[in-house]
Amino acid sequence: MKFSIQVNEGPYQHQASDSAYQFTKAALEKGHECFRVFFYHDGVLNGTRLTTPPQDDRNIVNNWTELAEKYDLDLVVCVAAAQRRGIVDDGEAERNGKDATNIAPRFRISGLGQLVEAAIQSDRLVVFGD
Amino acid sequence: MSETKNFMFLNRRAPYGTIYAWESLEVVLISAAFEQNVSLMFADDGVYELTKGQDTAGIGMKNFSPTYRTLGDYEVRHMYVDKASLEARGLTADDLVQVEWEDWETEESVDNIVEVVDSEKVAELLAESDVVFSF
Repeated sequence: MKFSIQVNEGPYQHQASDSAYQFTKAALEKGHECFRVFFYHDGVLNGTRLTTPPQDDRNIVNNWTELAEKYDLDLVVCVAAAQRRGIVDDGEAERNGKDATNIAPRFRISGLGQLVEAAIQSDRLVVFGD
Repeated sequence: MSETKNFMFLNRRAPYGTIYAWESLEVVLISAAFEQNVSLMFADDGVYELTKGQDTAGIGMKNFSPTYRTLGDYEVRHMYVDKASLEARGLTADDLVQVEWEDWETEESVDNIVEVVDSEKVAELLAESDVVFSF
């Protein structure tokens, strides 16, 4: 089955991102396909490489990056939500005159159309959030 | 991308207090460009999103409630409201905005696409949807 995943909450505060990660990993290991993971609302905060959890805790951002590397996952951060919450890549830094970037490896910033496209192209859109 | 699906946007949050309602509306507006069959469902505190006469001056937030009234121009065909959620909050259909819809090509029009439905119908509509966007 072809899945797309929507993550609506930030890391650590909520379990949504952990659950989305576990679900996506399990689905891929079972041979299913993941068309896209779309991060929306505070979910965009999963996409900052500046996250530094304590050493004995899981690193949710790195988990996503590593999963994306292993399975060539498309991790998309919503641009409008990202701008509100300070998630910045090179293009956004240039467009908005910011002095730094923080996007994590394998994540990319794009528009809401990517979510709608994912819903159309996939057999199931699975939403993780409150 | 020629495939047409039944999209249902399930709105369960009050319009203010969290950003879910506003950012959900942004997805609805974008989806108009994809020519899908788009419906919205308002349940739980989500029914407050459609209430008339919202005034946000006191909380320093943008009042985005007028946007709901324009959804007929964004290819939204149905806006359903869960009757039980409405009643539990002491509201009736008269407390809600009306949303007109018109097909510019056929001139077919509907005065108000906001419809109060019972729980059985809510379940049926959700089951019929190909995609449920939950906010």
